Amino acid sequence: MVESMHLIDLNGISKDFDGTRVLNNIDLYIRKKEFVTLLGPSGCGKTTTLRIIAGFEYPSEGKVLFEGKDITDVPPYKRKVNTIFQKYALFPHLNVQDNIAFGLKIAKVPRDEIKRRVDRMLDLVNLQGYGKRSVDALSGGQQQRVAIARALVNEPEVLLLDEPLGALDLKLRKEMQLELKNMQQRLGITFLYVTHDQEEALTMSDTVVVMRDGVILQIGSPKKIYDEPANAFVADFIGESNILRGRMVRDELVHFSGYDFPCVDSGFGENTPVDVVVRPEDIMIVGEDIGQICGTVQSVLFKGVHYEMMIDTGETTFKVHSTIMQPQDSRVGLSIVPYNIHIMKATDDPLAEPANEGGEE
Amino acid sequence: MNRGLLLPSWTLWALGAGFVLFVALCVLAVRKNHGMKRSFFASPYTVWMVVFTLIPCVLIGYYALTDAQGAFTLDNFANFWDSNHTVNRMYKDMGPEMSVLIQRGTVNIDILIYSTWMALLCTVICLFMGYPAAYFMTDRQMKQGSTIVVLFIIPMWMNFLLRTVAWMTLLEDQGLINQILRALGFSGAHLMYNNGAVLLGMVYNFLPFMVFPIYTSLNKMDRKLLEAAQDLGANPVRTFSRVTFPLSLPGVISGITMVFMPSVTTFFIPRILGGGNTMMFGDLIENKFLTENNWGVGSALSLVMMVLILLSLSVLRKADPEGEGGGLV
Repeated sequence: MVESMHLIDLNGISKDFDGTRVLNNIDLYIRKKEFVTLLGPSGCGKTTTLRIIAGFEYPSEGKVLFEGKDITDVPPYKRKVNTIFQKYALFPHLNVQDNIAFGLKIAKVPRDEIKRRVDRMLDLVNLQGYGKRSVDALSGGQQQRVAIARALVNEPEVLLLDEPLGALDLKLRKEMQLELKNMQQRLGITFLYVTHDQEEALTMSDTVVVMRDGVILQIGSPKKIYDEPANAFVADFIGESNILRGRMVRDELVHFSGYDFPCVDSGFGENTPVDVVVRPEDIMIVGEDIGQICGTVQSVLFKGVHYEMMIDTGETTFKVHSTIMQPQDSRVGLSIVPYNIHIMKATDDPLAEPANEGGEE
Repeated sequence: MNRGLLLPSWTLWALGAGFVLFVALCVLAVRKNHGMKRSFFASPYTVWMVVFTLIPCVLIGYYALTDAQGAFTLDNFANFWDSNHTVNRMYKDMGPEMSVLIQRGTVNIDILIYSTWMALLCTVICLFMGYPAAYFMTDRQMKQGSTIVVLFIIPMWMNFLLRTVAWMTLLEDQGLINQILRALGFSGAHLMYNNGAVLLGMVYNFLPFMVFPIYTSLNKMDRKLLEAAQDLGANPVRTFSRVTFPLSLPGVISGITMVFMPSVTTFFIPRILGGGNTMMFGDLIENKFLTENNWGVGSALSLVMMVLILLSLSVLRKADPEGEGGGLV
């Protein structure tokens, strides 16, 4: 359902704040009806990117295109985008329906049409009968809905969402995730979503853009980002993982943690240092005699759906998720299917240092 | 005339002892966690209010409604309405044809109208000067904002009388401004002893009371709201008229109150900068008490003033029903 036409293009966007570079040469396109998520830790530049598209920040370098036209110099009030702010930014001096009608009144839409459209929005966000309430009297979730209605009523081409669910509790957040995704599909609006919550990003998006330190690390579908992280940082940030330093022995054979594991990757060259990612749920606990490597269970944590065990093999401590608990201090065998070993070019970046030391020669 | 303020030493002792007792009781209450009501902590202020505000108000009411012998009368109010009321009645006793000789004296009413008019002018000027000042002070892009705040505060460190007298040295015929004008080849001008000078003195003295409440309400406003307005299509002018201004309204109301109230009761400034050519209601009341020693009429005038202020407050309260402007209204 995502159309191939580019709605927004960012061409070589850089942004400096007082001499500090917060965005460095960002290239990104957003297609019509696409749900794109900018994902990254705080300070990675994801909100700045959003604000440049909204027009609140002016890029130091580069261009913003909207439907192919350069809008870099267009002020925010003339752009066909609407934003849902982190803390909603509802107008405290207006009631719910006046908040929603704000944009329509500015656009001088006839009064009866305003009423019709505001009522339809109240229906859409499930706030029928709340029109005359003061926004301060609403709960966080309801305020969130008003913010959504206030933006959507203007029928924007693109909706920009800046960590919109950050202030809600977990249960409500999950509900709203589904609702937002539903709304996006039903209304056919392009969403650009900013979050630091990787689960949120994976659940909702068509495309995830992982950012760090003002640079885009990887762009791809949620599945691709999870299964084939471009580097150790992405792997560490998206979900839990064991990231180890290793060495390619030859194609389809990688050495780490003191053992040569068969894998499916090739083309790195013999004896090349690599980063190896193994998801904790991909490590199988087997009998001591049939495991590829053996280790001792150091600790066991109950996590609800699974147990999280730290298993020390002498060279490495692996984080392993399993629904079957192994008692502490017991010896177990570990086995990894070749398909589940992800190999990436080694990064020399100190910030992307593998979480678990070891596995090195 | 200030002798009354120098309290005899026993009064000071009593006040001191009372305060010590209060502190001791507070400490006890907190220590033992008595179920003492919080209102207890306000009791020094309550006592203060009763002794120095409530009782004087009752006394003013008493003086306004009694004559020199202490009998009930409305003559004092009649004297406000017609300043020749007493003289007229004396003549009336002499015979009916004499009573038409003296017309109704409207001097008190005139002064009241003049005072209100001056106070309104002062408030409007303060609003139109103060709002932009406050607006620029909160502008994050302008790094000098805090410097300007200090510049506004510094004059307030000086005594009110000193500030007013200082204007004399600037405005008088041989003053600084006239000297500069002459040095530049212009002929000097009479700048003092007129309405303009009085208004200038009032605006100068009361402007900070307009700036600061507006500054506070603008400063605590969430900047994101301005972005939200722009995001929804409002250009800067619309953003101001639909978001910034409505949200600063509590500060505006509070500023209007804080300027209008002292303006309408101003005295001293007209005497210094108006040179006695103009008189405001505050001066009139002061005259009745201190010069004419006519406490009855003075009290009646004070009550009229009070009603006027209460009326204007209730009008302002309508505009800011939640009393967000610091609850001044």
